[in-house]
Amino acid sequence: MKFDVVVVGGGHAGCEAAAVAARLGASVALIAINAAAVGSMSCNPAIGGVGKGHLVREIDVFDGLIAAAADDAAIHYRMLNASKGAAVRGPRVQADRNLFRQSIQRRMKDFPTLKIVEGEVIELDFNGGKLSGVHLASGDVIAAKAVILATGTFLGGRLFRGKERFDGGRIGESGAHRLSQQLRSLSLPIRRLKTGTPPRLDGRTIDWSRAARQASDTEPWHMSADAPARRNTQLFCGITRTLPTTHEIIRAGFGDSPLFSGDIEGRGPRYCPSIEDKIRRFADRDSHQIFLEPETLNGCLIYPNGISTSLSADTQQAFIHSIPALEKAEIVVPGYAVEYDHIDPRILSRELGVRDVEGLFMAGQINGTTGYEEAAAQGLVAGLSAACRALDRPAPIFDRTSSYIGVLVDDLTLQGVTEPYRMLTSRAEHRLHLRADNAEARLRVTAVASGAISDAKAVAMERRALQRKRAAALAGNEDAGSEDIPRAIREEIETDRHYAPYVQRQRSEVARLRSDRTRLPVGFDFMSVGGLSSEMIERLSLARPDSVEQASRINGITPAALTALLVAARAVA
Amino acid sequence: MARAQNNSGRDPDTIFALSSGALPSAIAIVRISGPRARDALDHLAGAVPEVGCAALRTLRHDGEILDQAMLLWFAGPRTVTGEDVAEIHLHGSRAVVDACFAALQSLGLRMADPGEFTRRALFNGKMDLSAVEGLADLLAAETESQRRDAIRRQRGFIPQRLHEWRSRLTHVAAAIEAAIDYDGEEEVGGDPVYVIGGIRTLLREIERVLALAPAERLREGIRVAIIGPPNAGKSTLFNQLIGRDAAIVSDIAGTTRDVIECPIAIDGIPFLLVDTAGLRTTADPIEKIGVGKARDEAELADILVDLAADRDSERCVAVSAKADVTDARPGTLAVSVHKDTGIVQLQERLVEMAAAMIPLQGEVAFDRRYRQALAAVRNDLSVAVGTTDPLLVAEHIRLAIRELDRVLGGDGVEDMLDALFGRFCLGK
Repeated sequence: MKFDVVVVGGGHAGCEAAAVAARLGASVALIAINAAAVGSMSCNPAIGGVGKGHLVREIDVFDGLIAAAADDAAIHYRMLNASKGAAVRGPRVQADRNLFRQSIQRRMKDFPTLKIVEGEVIELDFNGGKLSGVHLASGDVIAAKAVILATGTFLGGRLFRGKERFDGGRIGESGAHRLSQQLRSLSLPIRRLKTGTPPRLDGRTIDWSRAARQASDTEPWHMSADAPARRNTQLFCGITRTLPTTHEIIRAGFGDSPLFSGDIEGRGPRYCPSIEDKIRRFADRDSHQIFLEPETLNGCLIYPNGISTSLSADTQQAFIHSIPALEKAEIVVPGYAVEYDHIDPRILSRELGVRDVEGLFMAGQINGTTGYEEAAAQGLVAGLSAACRALDRPAPIFDRTSSYIGVLVDDLTLQGVTEPYRMLTSRAEHRLHLRADNAEARLRVTAVASGAISDAKAVAMERRALQRKRAAALAGNEDAGSEDIPRAIREEIETDRHYAPYVQRQRSEVARLRSDRTRLPVGFDFMSVGGLSSEMIERLSLARPDSVEQASRINGITPAALTALLVAARAVA
Repeated sequence: MARAQNNSGRDPDTIFALSSGALPSAIAIVRISGPRARDALDHLAGAVPEVGCAALRTLRHDGEILDQAMLLWFAGPRTVTGEDVAEIHLHGSRAVVDACFAALQSLGLRMADPGEFTRRALFNGKMDLSAVEGLADLLAAETESQRRDAIRRQRGFIPQRLHEWRSRLTHVAAAIEAAIDYDGEEEVGGDPVYVIGGIRTLLREIERVLALAPAERLREGIRVAIIGPPNAGKSTLFNQLIGRDAAIVSDIAGTTRDVIECPIAIDGIPFLLVDTAGLRTTADPIEKIGVGKARDEAELADILVDLAADRDSERCVAVSAKADVTDARPGTLAVSVHKDTGIVQLQERLVEMAAAMIPLQGEVAFDRRYRQALAAVRNDLSVAVGTTDPLLVAEHIRLAIRELDRVLGGDGVEDMLDALFGRFCLGK
């Protein structure tokens, strides 16, 4: 078997990567350990949110899967920050995990050049030092011009629950240890991170009358610009909270905690993923909120958001029962923590390709991120890049001034990660311009030029672009016959006008920075720059900025180092 | 990155820095580079020496002697930076160097960023690229001496206060950013009362500091400009206040054509008294220059003694100067030099106004560089408290932090995230 692109992993990054490569016309094999599980939501049932919703909308402009599948599966809509500025409004849905997976799989079947292969990749295949494909556990070799690793937490994955330990990436699924060893042997910088998940509850054993209710938004918005009207029954989410007795039970269970015993070496985030972390770090708080989020339309499986934990199964059972509404709740699967390998993303190019291994791309948690949306966004970038490479055409470059995808890629490849990277709007210095509602206006031209969108999508976007043009011409003129322009577009243009002075100022700053840009050639040897300290050489060699302007944004780079860099760059130019 | 890199068409700023070692020292060398270097020398020394020849000159600024200094002048582009370059070899006392810096700043020059001279040299092709080895050492040396210099200045002046403001601003930012990025999670601290209250308090403190005279003023004296129409008695009043006849007095309107300054002390407070030409439209080219200078003085002064105004304002005393000859305008302070009335009251008034500009015990005065940053911070915070869109509040706080980062260094986003996750229990 021979393909243009092989994608390893069928999560959000892998699916998005495979789909976009197929949309570009590349032949693609997506290899998953369990074909039936491709497109699964492995953790929480929400898609979107603040920053994350922005990413989803941007992926949708490139005709990606995640927005459309989220609409297909949505059982609860919520616009976060609805009362705050339009630029930070974050669309989020709760998705039925079965409907979501089915939608993804159905959409993937539509691509004639995309094949899903069930199997376990155990090694990358090299031919004469060049990456040529992958080895499967079955003994088969699949040849490919480009390989995208989207293995999530499966690389060197180790699960922790109380004193229990399992190898694997998710409960009940084995990990990819040989691949991890091979990556180490290629001397790629590999680090450990950790994440966690809460126990899943049986919704039928929850006393809903004791929980507050949060109903779905009635405003008829969607994740995808081209979504049909909402079809699914809308469910409510419940809200309850921990009590002082809950905290006592959890504190009593600290002794079994792998987090506090030092067994988990991977660095956790500054934010609090686990309830034991919250209770230890914020000892003065006597209660924490818990959102009871339905994972399925039938309401049988509930994700209690806010109590991710790796305490022992007994402690989990005890503290769950101390929480109002959950007194009789049955745990379907206990929570656990997972520690896994990720590569230092500073070895990646802006196309998410490993610079030292031609043809190898990485996307998702393997790059140190957390979240479906962050994974899907990287899948889109890696898929586009890998397919463009195989088809010998230029890949689009995402810029932090015009997209959250650009912020994500720039942050990862330039600064690396010290904790699982989550998108926040505060990371985007141009956030007044980077809105969820203007993603199409920002990225349409790039998306069309990339060749990644269907004709139908292109036509729909063209139509909306004309509507935007008309709305802008009519703006400020109340009764000027704009009634046939959709309300969402009129509001978008209104918001444009609202933030225009700020955006204008930022634009002129960007233009000034660009005019100063001195490019550093690909493969530039930072060691060769006279007089740079070893610390500067290390920082620069890891981040490998492609311009002096970019180098200036790397944490800790001194003016002296920049100047030396500039001289060297001019010398080679 | 440094401004000097923006060498596309527009004239670069003229920059200066101490290019010798730490003070005090025997000699302090101030290097100036840029298109206005020649004007600056000319202004301070009254003449520019021959290219490449040292000359001993007395430096003056605003009528005051700064120092006896040796000057060197090199015309661009055949100089170390490729621009016009001047060197001033001063006596190496801190006060002399500070006064010289203040003078250069008031002429529109600015302190060089770390490594900026070298960068300009690079951009103007003045560095031998083949000899790039060792360059970074050189750069590091320059940067390091300037950094040390900056730290020394900071330690004396302000940084603690600025750092404290920055830290509080970061916390306010964290509260509002938490509310934005973690909408729907409880108790994220985005309570608008807390946020706006925090900004208001900061704003008041910053305004208080900006209301103080700049640090340079404490060395030079609080600037008091006497302004008014021609023949209103400005020079007579000036002479009376300084206690001697420094300004020529006549009945001919338009006698004073230049700006005359004289330092005086009243109740132990240093003032710099400034006599100006009468404000009127005139065809006389020399008087015209004097009128222009008078208007500049009125802008620059901390206190105006206005002989035409009808009432006092925040930084202005309205005076009727010839109270013995014409009736005083109602609501103004009646002064007659000849009858010796009103002078004491005027002096008391000046002392009272100056007292508000002088730092209290424990307060520090900020010099221009910091005042500029603080003024920008104040502007952003004023807009922030006046807007209801939380996103724009956040935006202006971000801009204000960036302004402080520009003078303090630091990484705004990472520090804010640290504050955010350190303070709020976030993440589900």
